[in-house]
Order: sequence, then C-alpha cells, then structure tokens
Amino acid sequence: MILTDCIKIFRTGLRRPLPALCFAFLALTLLVPAAAALAQEYPDLSGRVVDRASILSAETEAQLTEILAAHEAQSSDQLVVATISDTGGESIEAYANGLFRHWGLGQAEENNGVLLLIALDDRKMRIEVGYGLEGTLTDVLAKLIIDNTIVPQFRTGSYEEGIRRGVDDIIAVLTGDEAELRARAERNVDSSGGGPDIIGWIFISVFVSIFGGMFGFALLAPIFGKKLSPGRYKWLGMEVTYNGGSSGGRSSGWSGGSSSGGFSGGGGSSGGGGASGGW
Amino acid sequence: MIATETAYTRRPGFGALIVMIVSLFALSGCGINAIPTYEEQAKAAWSQVLNQYQRRADLIPNLVETVKGFAAQERDVLTSVTEARAKATSVQIPSDILTDPTAFQQFQENQSVLTSALSRLLAISESYPDLKSNQNFLALQSQLEGTENRIAVARRDYIEAVRLYNTELKTIPGRWWASFFYPDAAPMQTFTIDAASRELPKVDFD
Repeated sequence: MILTDCIKIFRTGLRRPLPALCFAFLALTLLVPAAAALAQEYPDLSGRVVDRASILSAETEAQLTEILAAHEAQSSDQLVVATISDTGGESIEAYANGLFRHWGLGQAEENNGVLLLIALDDRKMRIEVGYGLEGTLTDVLAKLIIDNTIVPQFRTGSYEEGIRRGVDDIIAVLTGDEAELRARAERNVDSSGGGPDIIGWIFISVFVSIFGGMFGFALLAPIFGKKLSPGRYKWLGMEVTYNGGSSGGRSSGWSGGSSSGGFSGGGGSSGGGGASGGW
Repeated sequence: MIATETAYTRRPGFGALIVMIVSLFALSGCGINAIPTYEEQAKAAWSQVLNQYQRRADLIPNLVETVKGFAAQERDVLTSVTEARAKATSVQIPSDILTDPTAFQQFQENQSVLTSALSRLLAISESYPDLKSNQNFLALQSQLEGTENRIAVARRDYIEAVRLYNTELKTIPGRWWASFFYPDAAPMQTFTIDAASRELPKVDFD
C-alpha cells in the first residue's frame, strides 16, 4: 500500500515539484507541537525584570535591570526576576520550570539561567536554577536565600527590599567561585561562531554542486549548446527543453523576528533545580 | 522561471542518481527518521528519570542516619524507608522495561512505596524541634525536596517524549514507516498517577 503510494508520489513528483507533498507533511508535524505549547499562558519576556504583579517601582526595576545586565556581561549567566499574581492553579515548581523553559533562560550550551519567580497572591516563590548552575547555586543555597533573606522581608511587606536582597545574594553565590565564573564567561564570549563541521561542508558542497550544476547547465545550454528548435537545445549530449512559463512575481521575504526589548533568552533549559518557599 | 525537462540521451545513470538524492531528501521530509529520533529522545528522557531516582536513593542513607540521631525511637518509619530504598535499588531493571508493562509497573510501584515512606519520615521530623533546626537535616531536606522536584520534571519530560513517540507510531505517515522499516518499534509505557499519591494528603514543610 505504502509502496504504491510512494511510487505514485514519485511518478507525479518527477514532473511536478516533487517535495511539495512532503513539505506539507513537514509543515503539519511542525505545527502540531507549536499548538500544544500554547496550553499554558506565560507572560512575555519583556526584560530582565518582568513585574506582572506590579510590586516594584520603576526606579527599582531600572536598578535591578542594570545589576542583572552587568552580571550577564561579566559571566554570561542570565538571571531574570519575574513577579506574577498567581500560577493559575499549577504548583509553583511546575509553573517556574515551564516559564524557565518557555523563556529559554541561560546560554544554550551552558544552561546557565536563574529565575526568581514570585507569585504574589499565592504567597509562593521559587528560585529555579538551570542545569549548568545547579552545582554552584545548589538547592540548599537557594533554600537558604529564600528562607533567610527574602521571606523575612516579605513577611514585613517590603517586597522590593526582599527581591533586591535576594538578587544580591544570588549574584554573590554565582560570583563566589571566581575561577569558575571566569571560565564560564570565556566559554561564551563568542558562542555564535563555529560554522558547520566537516560533514556539514561535504553535504553542502554535494548539494550545491548537484543543484547548482543542474541550474547552471540549464542556463548555459542556450549559450553553448546547439539549437534544435525554439526552446530546445542540445548540449553535452543532453537535450534541454524550456517551457517559457512566466513566473508570477511572488515575493516571500523573511520577516525579522527580533524582540523589541533587546533581551531574549539564550535557549537554556532547567531540570527543576532550585528551591521554593512561601511567606 | 525555467522549468526544465531534460531528456538524458546518453547517460541515464546521472538521472537515476538525481532521483535517488532528491527522493532521499523528500523521504526525510516525510518523516522517515521520525520514529528513531523520537525513540532516542524518549530513551534519553528515561535515563534522566533513572538518574534522578538514583540521586534520591543516594541521599537516603545520610538522611536516615541524621534522623536516627534525634529520633531513634521512630524505628518503624526508619525501617520502612530503609527497606523501601533497598527494594527500589536492588531490583535489576530489565533492558526492555520501557515496552514491558509488568516490569514498568513494578518499577513505578517500588519507587512510589519509597516516596510515601520518605514523606512519612519527613512528617515525623516535624515533632522533633532539635532535628528540625539541625543544619545537616535542613540541608538534606532541601536536597530531597529538590530531588523530588527533579524527578517530577524528568517524569513529565519522559511522559511528553513517549507521547510524541507513541503518537508517531500510531498516526499515518509514521505508521507506514513503522510497518516497513521499523517492525520492532513498540509503544512505550508511561507513568500513571499511582493510588498512593492520590490518597495521601500533601504535607507542607514550612
């Protein structure tokens, strides 16, 4: 059954654009996970401080953003503070992990992101730590920062102060190991470099020579070949026929998907490291 | 722009080569590689589950020793934790556990017995103020909480990976590929919410 299907596809495909059908399959498989990922509504990553619960003044937010940006410049760690009103019934752990992965905090190769999440109405908080920083900012240290630094401030109602001190403590822990910090920063100086490996180059050159060759052959045949009749040429023993189909002026450009805030996650992930607490 | 129809009068081999290469790309576009890809992802997610369960098992001896120092009279709870750990770690995990419902069920059962024994252990520690304020115990407790959370994340990732793999096996292009190229591919087992965790009230340690 499948075999005949495939043969049919190939037969028709040889004359028509062959991969069109398969691109349709591919597009479908790409669309399905994208739709599934929309199940939980997460806030946008509008900056290093995402204050959805509105508990920070503009001044504090600017200060924090500066501190966090300076820390990323020094170490490549991405530390983000987020406040929300509630998690919508989910546990703070599951929500924090989902949000962390949704934003992709930390560099992709290092997974060195940290998320300080406050759910104001739930009176819960969590420090979610990316895979790469689990060894530095351990569960125990995260728990200590929550219980000894943030919670006492929150209990007296000074949320701003609690968050600010919490961030200071997290950065103090992350910068504690000077040597490791420098190594991490150096590894990520130019993470965008590094072209395809040798297999990639072979693949590309085969691809280019075959398809470029076909295209070039088609272009050069009228110039060097022997004209058999209008639109038919013979060159190097091969006959080329041109169907003078006019191409519709279909312009499909890539629209740059850059975010406006100038800050985006580096594609890191978290496996649930960190600690939670409540006040 | 230029639709070419090339008649290969002298070298038909060249045409066949192009057809082969083009169909290779087309086939990977159709998802001929999807089944092995998803299978490997699910296996990797399973390794992470095992890894996190192992991490929990490694924490337990220390935790039991610490609790024993303050609450030696809670012999029942301490033994049940030790026994559950021994049972969960001693069982040899068969290599085909992912496609063997009985073995998978057994694994899940053993781990959930250990989970409930551990939560009882943490619950009794509430009544020992000295234990509760012991630094070592606090550290172990937060490590254990962290590990339980990592287990939850790893299980969720595994469930998602298996969902993708099983769906690929059952839906149309994947089903064809499976019947032709991967006849050995079988649906994988996934976690269910066990009876114990549905009954037990969640204990909060604040």
